[in-house]
Amino acid sequence: MEQQEVFSKVVEIITPFSKNEEALKSVSNDTNILKDLGVNSARLVDIILAFEDHFDIEVDDDSADKVQTIGNAVELIAAKLSA
Amino acid sequence: MTRVVITGMGVISANAHGLDEFETALKNGVSGIRYYEKLKELGFSCQVGGIPQGVEELKREYFSEEALMAMNSSMLYASIAAMDCWKDAGFSLPTPSDETIHWETGAVIGTGIGGIDTLGEKVIPLINAGKVRRLGSTAVEQTMGSAASARIGGFLGLGGQVTSNSSACTTGTEALVNAYYMIKEGRVERVLAGGSEGSSHYIWGSFDAMRGVLSSKYNDQPEKASRPMSASAAGFVPSSGAGILMLESLESAKKRGAKIYAEILGGHVNCGGQRNGGSITAPNPEGVVRCVRKAIENSGIRPQDIEAINGHLTATMADPIEIKNWQRALECSERDFPYINSTKSLIGHGLGAAGGIECVAAALQLKNGFLHGSVNCEDLHPELEAFSERIVRKTIEKDVRILAKASFGFGDVNGMLIMKKWEG
Repeated sequence: MEQQEVFSKVVEIITPFSKNEEALKSVSNDTNILKDLGVNSARLVDIILAFEDHFDIEVDDDSADKVQTIGNAVELIAAKLSA
Repeated sequence: MTRVVITGMGVISANAHGLDEFETALKNGVSGIRYYEKLKELGFSCQVGGIPQGVEELKREYFSEEALMAMNSSMLYASIAAMDCWKDAGFSLPTPSDETIHWETGAVIGTGIGGIDTLGEKVIPLINAGKVRRLGSTAVEQTMGSAASARIGGFLGLGGQVTSNSSACTTGTEALVNAYYMIKEGRVERVLAGGSEGSSHYIWGSFDAMRGVLSSKYNDQPEKASRPMSASAAGFVPSSGAGILMLESLESAKKRGAKIYAEILGGHVNCGGQRNGGSITAPNPEGVVRCVRKAIENSGIRPQDIEAINGHLTATMADPIEIKNWQRALECSERDFPYINSTKSLIGHGLGAAGGIECVAAALQLKNGFLHGSVNCEDLHPELEAFSERIVRKTIEKDVRILAKASFGFGDVNGMLIMKKWEG
């Protein structure tokens, strides 16, 4: 899967959790999921679960904890997919 | 002395959503009881129930996708009723970026059972299957006792005490009595108060298992199934929904120029101690009588001032006992007994939501000068024949000044609220 495709899907999954529509419009790999998009931190768990379901991967807690930006998520998923 | 008034209401019940629809349904005797195939498939004796209609569409108008991921039916009903109540009281719903906190508004929104659908459909199956990691982050917030009030506190930005009470079928009425005293004591200016109950076959099945508690002889005639005060009453019809009222100090209401539905004169909650005929499932008559008398006393009225009663009246064998307890408490003849009706005849028994929904019915009747017909008691229970003239079977226009609402629940608990028509 292309990185761009993963990026688009990650943004799509995170969109309903985002509280900041403006930040969402200019979303990039550097966008911080909690700080920029205003996602409730408890919901990171649900976002990771949605990644697991959609990409058919398993994400352990340590890897999940390292996801802060959209780019972190895309890299993590891409690595799992190419593993 | 602080006076407390009702300045807003919201309701979602088996027969209506919203005040106008609810009033029309009450006046026209519209039943919300339906047959549900699922209950038959599960082998329930009672295959009828009350579920608010159209919520699948409605919820998308009210809540974001994210919010809906963490809301079971009890929370949905409570939040719809609370948001309607909030707007009806003259407040606007916050926009996503609104950081306003309403420090002078609290919430007491109870539930009898709570998020059992979340437990039954998600928590228990996933955990038993060793898949706890699949549960996600939203199980606690949907199953904690305060799930509904916590959600609503966040939606509206409430800054007073935000809590949920639970006292079985007394819950909704108890919430209002608690809210009344919170305002009376000057702890807060306003409280969103009432109750909600989800529609779950896990709740209804637990009652079905008690055999004879639920109405099981009218599965083919659902609208006839809820029969309070009738000779043929043989159990209640389980129901769901929410009714929420804004209680407010008169001073605050006047300052805001808020519309006023009715004044709360007083109320009381107690327990019969599960002694002298009382048990976990049955009321001690002495407890009921004391509750009624205390409520009258702290309302500063006389028993004969009560012109109408919105009863608990669930359609079990307890209905005649309830009416006799009222008569004992009020010390009146059958002829002088207040008018009485049962909203449950139309919507079934909303359990933790019952008191909230029925208090909305009570306040609408006071404000708009009518008493709704209590349906399905053409064949009045023989022990109630003497009260025949006082049991409202067809909706009447009636300007009642003082109305009493009571609820009774498992645990031998009683709750009563006395409302007065607002005459300015």
